[in-house]
Amino acid sequence: MLVSNNSEYAVTVKDLEKRFGSFQAVNKVSFQVRRGEIFGFLGPNGAGKSTTMRMLCGIIIPTAGEATVNGFDVFHQAEQIKNHIGYMSQKFSLYEDLTVEENIDFYSGIYQIPMVEKKNRKDWVVKMAGLDEHRNSLTAILPGGWRQRLALGCALLHKPPVIFLDEPTSGVDPISRRSFWELIYQLAAEGITVFVTTHYMDEAEYCDRLAMIYRGELVAIGTPDELKVKYMNNDVLNLECLDPFGALQAVNGIPEIREAALFGRGLHLAVNDASSSIPIIIKALQERKLVYTRLEKIIPSLEDVFVSIIESRDSSAGL
Amino acid sequence: MVLERLMHMIRKEFIQVFRNPKMRAIVLVMPLIQSMVFGYAVTTDVKNVPTAIYDQAETPESRDLIDRFIHSGYFSVKTIIRSDREIDELLDNGEVAAVLRIPSDFSAKIASGSTAAVQIIVDGTDSNTAGVVLSYAGNIIRNDAIELMQKQIGNQDWEPLGVNLQTRAWFNENLTSRNFYVPGVIAAIVMLVTLLLTSMSVVREKEMGTMEQIVVTPIKPIEFILGKTMPSIILGFVNMIFVTLISVFWFDIPVRGSLMTLFIANGFYLMTTIGIGLFISTISDTQQQAMMSTFFFFLPALLLSGFMFPIANMPEVVQAFTYFNPLRYFLIIIRGVFLKGVGVTILWPQILALFILGTFVLTLSVKKFRKNLA
Ligand SMILES: Nc1ncnc2c1ncn2[C@@H]1O[C@H](COP(=O)(O)OP(=O)(O)OP(=O)(O)O)[C@@H](O)[C@H]1O
Ligand SMILES: [Mg+2]
Repeated sequence: MLVSNNSEYAVTVKDLEKRFGSFQAVNKVSFQVRRGEIFGFLGPNGAGKSTTMRMLCGIIIPTAGEATVNGFDVFHQAEQIKNHIGYMSQKFSLYEDLTVEENIDFYSGIYQIPMVEKKNRKDWVVKMAGLDEHRNSLTAILPGGWRQRLALGCALLHKPPVIFLDEPTSGVDPISRRSFWELIYQLAAEGITVFVTTHYMDEAEYCDRLAMIYRGELVAIGTPDELKVKYMNNDVLNLECLDPFGALQAVNGIPEIREAALFGRGLHLAVNDASSSIPIIIKALQERKLVYTRLEKIIPSLEDVFVSIIESRDSSAGL
Repeated sequence: MVLERLMHMIRKEFIQVFRNPKMRAIVLVMPLIQSMVFGYAVTTDVKNVPTAIYDQAETPESRDLIDRFIHSGYFSVKTIIRSDREIDELLDNGEVAAVLRIPSDFSAKIASGSTAAVQIIVDGTDSNTAGVVLSYAGNIIRNDAIELMQKQIGNQDWEPLGVNLQTRAWFNENLTSRNFYVPGVIAAIVMLVTLLLTSMSVVREKEMGTMEQIVVTPIKPIEFILGKTMPSIILGFVNMIFVTLISVFWFDIPVRGSLMTLFIANGFYLMTTIGIGLFISTISDTQQQAMMSTFFFFLPALLLSGFMFPIANMPEVVQAFTYFNPLRYFLIIIRGVFLKGVGVTILWPQILALFILGTFVLTLSVKKFRKNLA
């Protein structure tokens, strides 16, 4: 307990590995999460986000490496970890055949919330999830956004210092996503460490720090701004035009363009140097009689960063 | 172990069982239906067998014999026939199941003191029924013969040795098949209900993803396992009591022995069924699979238990298998307590067998279960 309260880090991970048979789901991942931080874990499907999180929560045992959560070792102190974390799995995992109150009562019983606090905690969860009028509704009939907030509430009943959220907003409408993130900010403001996975880029921007994971490996880590500077050694140009597909073909042969990707109503082009590339691109478009409305250097989005990192990984791996 | 956590687990399980219409049906309706089916429909008693009479003798003696058939209650005379050809026809199209043929020399032979032959032809398609019909007919004819003998020698008390004894055993006067089957339903129902309850309640958590959440809480494996099995144990006892009440108060089946013996044996029996239920939950990922595995185990267990078919009639290899079948032992105990009124002094080998089997199965399953949980 002493360790847990003194350490600067809520989570430390060093060379953590998980193999399923011969398949390497997580490969030598290392990072640290500071107390009170919103730490985002970003990666495509199957990257190993859930697997890493499940190792940290003590659901599965790592194959190799080291990790501590709140100062407790994942190999030997899984039981203590369970008392100090909250977890929301990727799939909705409250009892759908129980009512809102029954779910809350069940988890407060399992977490042994003291009798005097039980009612307070229950009211707090109900209020936070906005479910005051649905206390006796079956969880199964609640809309997605409400369910997620209830799940979050149940994971917070015992006031854990660290909370793990695995894609908490997948399949939830944008407004509910917004309000869910407002909750996350509130929790962080209260000093709770939030470890969250996502593959929404806009959500990634809300995080204090981000780790990008790809094919089981950690490919980048830092604040969103750091990532944009550090991992983009290219300039990014935004090309808006009437015929993005034609433009894509037109620019494909230009050696200065390292990557080109459809983006909204135009293209994002990664180039070594913006000022020297722009005239070349304009020339190529004019040769094909393609009309463009805008061509300018922009600050890259996280998606640009991510695409760029992944493509350089894939090309260096010969894929 | 924390009692508070266990109580919350059990409470939650009960809410879920009784909120789920399928589970409710399994726990509440199935025992009732099974008792009714085995109390009313399934019976090996043979009554009112449709019979044709072919009386070639047409003498007072032959009519006496026919009267006996009619009044026995086991035969119902559908038709009187006059030719051999009709016998085939009637049996072939199933109009009658038995034909009584009294040859024309019947009375003459009796009068002369030589053996008079009577022919019973039965439909052997259902060999079970055929056998019973033959034995009934045999008894009626034998009784007839005894009376004729008594008349001839003028001694009302004359009796061939042993015949009366046999008659009692063969005649199913008290509808014993109901007495035999309905208490057996206790064993079958308790097994089926607890197997399904245990395996389904665990697998449902896997399937719904709630298992993932529960393993992140501080709950201990033993609390989880007890939370899952206690409701099965409680409902197992409730079902036992329920079917016992139906047997006693609805079907008037006597309980001659001590219910305490039945309770203790039921406890050990539940150890085996819940152990198997837990095991099924470790090898199934969906409720569908758990249901299939349950029946894959339950049907052979039921057939090879002596519930319907005597174990003594099975091939020896199969008989060896039945020693691993908890249902086998519990059936002997139940029938012993209900019908024979015997107690622990007689039934201890079966009770011990259940205890050993239960300890073994439960230990193995809990071990495997804990390993799967980790
Ligand atoms: N129990 C398991 N056995 C075998 N393979 C597994 C197991 N769990 C996960 N995997 C595999 O490990 C890889 C990483 O899975 P993981 O669930 O961690 O991905 P993820 O990043 O969370 O993806 P998603 O965005 O789809 O949730 C996947 O290829 C998955 O198929
Ligand atoms: Mg995942």
